Amino acid sequence: MHVTINNRDVEVRENTTVLAALWNNGIAAPALCAMGVCMACRVTIDGARHQLACQTECKEGMRVEV
Amino acid sequence: MSKYDIAILGAGPAGLAAARAITGKRVALIDDNPRAGGQIWRAAPQIEIGSNITFIAAARVFHITDHFTLHTDRAGIIEAPKLILATGARELFVPFPGWTSPGVFGAGGLQALVKSGLEVKRKRVVVAGSGPLLMAVAATLRKNGAKVLAVVEQAPLQRLLAFLKRYPSKLPQAIALKASLLGVPQITGAWPIKFDGGKLTLSNGRALDVDFLACGFGLIPNTEAARLLGCRIDDGFVAVDSKQMTSIPDVYCAGEPTGIGGLDKALAEGRAAGLAASGLTPPKSPSRAFVRDLAETFRLDPALAALATPDTIVCRCEDVTRETLDPHRTWREAKLQTRCGMGACQGRICGPITAQLYGWCAESVRPPLVPVEAQRLKIANTGK
Amino acid sequence: MTPDVLIVGAGIVGAACARELRNAGVKVAVVERDLIGGGATAAGMGHLLVLDDNEPELALTKLSVALWHSIAPQLPAPAEFWKCGTLWVAADDVELAGAREKLAVYRKHGLQAELLDDATLYEVEPHLRPGLAGGLRAPGDAVVYAPVATRWMLADVRVTHGRVVELIDGGVRLADGSVLRAGAVVLATGASSLIDGLAVRPRKGHLAITDRYPGFARHQIIELSYLQSAQGESNESVAFNVQPRPTGQLLIGSSRQYGVDDSAIDDPILARMLARAFEYMPALAQCNVIRTWTGFRASTPDKLPLIGKYGEGLYLATGHEGLGVTTSLGTAKILAAAVLGTPSPIPPEPYDARRFCARND
Repeated sequence: MHVTINNRDVEVRENTTVLAALWNNGIAAPALCAMGVCMACRVTIDGARHQLACQTECKEGMRVEV
Repeated sequence: MSKYDIAILGAGPAGLAAARAITGKRVALIDDNPRAGGQIWRAAPQIEIGSNITFIAAARVFHITDHFTLHTDRAGIIEAPKLILATGARELFVPFPGWTSPGVFGAGGLQALVKSGLEVKRKRVVVAGSGPLLMAVAATLRKNGAKVLAVVEQAPLQRLLAFLKRYPSKLPQAIALKASLLGVPQITGAWPIKFDGGKLTLSNGRALDVDFLACGFGLIPNTEAARLLGCRIDDGFVAVDSKQMTSIPDVYCAGEPTGIGGLDKALAEGRAAGLAASGLTPPKSPSRAFVRDLAETFRLDPALAALATPDTIVCRCEDVTRETLDPHRTWREAKLQTRCGMGACQGRICGPITAQLYGWCAESVRPPLVPVEAQRLKIANTGK
Repeated sequence: MTPDVLIVGAGIVGAACARELRNAGVKVAVVERDLIGGGATAAGMGHLLVLDDNEPELALTKLSVALWHSIAPQLPAPAEFWKCGTLWVAADDVELAGAREKLAVYRKHGLQAELLDDATLYEVEPHLRPGLAGGLRAPGDAVVYAPVATRWMLADVRVTHGRVVELIDGGVRLADGSVLRAGAVVLATGASSLIDGLAVRPRKGHLAITDRYPGFARHQIIELSYLQSAQGESNESVAFNVQPRPTGQLLIGSSRQYGVDDSAIDDPILARMLARAFEYMPALAQCNVIRTWTGFRASTPDKLPLIGKYGEGLYLATGHEGLGVTTSLGTAKILAAAVLGTPSPIPPEPYDARRFCARND
């Protein structure tokens, strides 16, 4: 499955959260709890700001901006 | 709006056990994660649920009104006359220089991240902090190909051994974990004191180059929903009777929010809450001694409170440093003067930290329980 | 040491009075029952704005905003003083005509202001809804984080912690039975009155704050009909009022309710307040709210504060409704003049502390 991170097309496996996808692709996004509590991993997903990267699974064609 | 007989908040072990125990009733099982299982099973739940259960994933409850209307961010409004709070726990963090750097995660946090797709093959990781979780996290990381350089537990070895002696039933689990971590140095009575550009320094003087530091100092119960409902809280935990009922009629609570006790306690309490909410008589709840012994065994060394230097950030949302907080006497005063706890996490992370550092206690809970789109908040509030 | 003046209440009004008197060489002490700047001071938005609903209000707000600009360079950075200006939004041509009148008043009083047509309005605030008639920009207005400013004002003043339960001859009695003596007492207690029959009523308000959306709003933005909400006597009203914080967070207001003493969030009124905000700025609906809270304004029948001598050795500085942060500094000047017997910078009569007292003579 493919998603776009900061305008770069990347391949991700099924059941991968956005936060995992970011780190797997060399983007050291701020994060701490990875459980939806600390809010440090907020990113823009498909144009919506302040989405939790740790609790959002990647979907085909998703656009992520950090 | 969808109506159910019982709503369960949280699809971790306690929530799943509760759901499993309920028959002949329509149940909504709500979780903020995309998958059931909670932090411990994370996407691999080991309890199957019946067809009477509707699992509502990736939905956060931000307000509870009436008796009971649950307002969620992504699943609309859910109504149920009975509630089971199985809201689990979050990790306690201890600020030290560098703890806000990229690559430092919660211990359970890094485990959750690995279970949700993070690749750690050949990555150098140290697992540090306190509690039985550390070993389990290290095992998961190793299984996924990480090079676990050390597991660093702040509690002294004697206390850990005394604990195992008291609970021989936990021994096989401990031995299995130990076996899966063969060759990994396990350091006790030590903790991280500095993390700088991938270089981790421990209190015993060791320095290690790491890609990830997984670092958690125990668990904090998620009691916000209970507080919003007005449930009695004793010593930080939700007070329940022998049927897991809180001080508010028809509100039950199970698992970590009633006392940090791990998986077995969560399963037993979840089942009891499920039965009680169905109108059945649950079995006698297990002794609370384990909860107390666990807390005592892994109680934090007072030296940890001294790790944060004056310029170490304590509140990450608002970048509030320790020296900015030091002059203040209460949580409310600090909040007001420094904006500590006023950011997006609503004090969930820095509140427990300042409780450790200064003995402050957080104030009452107001809606929204979690950040929510203004339009949702508006809809939730128009209901009456 | 018995102070010359004891101020009851360490909100921003009490703090400003303390600072003013201290700077005039008076021995001042303050007694506060809770936190410094923890009441209406903390609950409010912290806007510093000129209002022209009537002459006395204009005189006091104009004086006060000028004073804020004069102390701004000394304020600590966490006070977040920011001259973002106010944008008064006119929904239709009737309101735009009102904006023109407002402009004339501002000009007459030497205040900066400019009329914006609808095109310019969207240029300066793109998130306002289409179809608005225009607006009036008052660039001299500002915002401040009031709890920090309040503490700064009290930096060199002794603040005692205690709940005043009774006014006695030459001082006050606290809940623990102890007595604080002073040459004179100033009540700056906001919505909680220590005097029976004082013409101050609590007026509840709600606010919400969002996550960070830098650049979403650049001014304090208020609907022109705000004044009807603030000045009116309606038991319940809402008005559109959005304020950016320097972090990009947005404060969303406002509501006004009489006859409520419960500080809990009132769900329906919060919903009405948000709905009003979405009418003016539809994109606010998609912004995440991270916190909501309430507070109590001290409201008088004519919406002007009570400043000055009330009885022998007793002064008032209260009743500031939603303008306490703005008018704290002007209030302090008038109060200090009354205490010291010096000339007031503006005519003090409209704010006379005794104007609602029954005449017995």
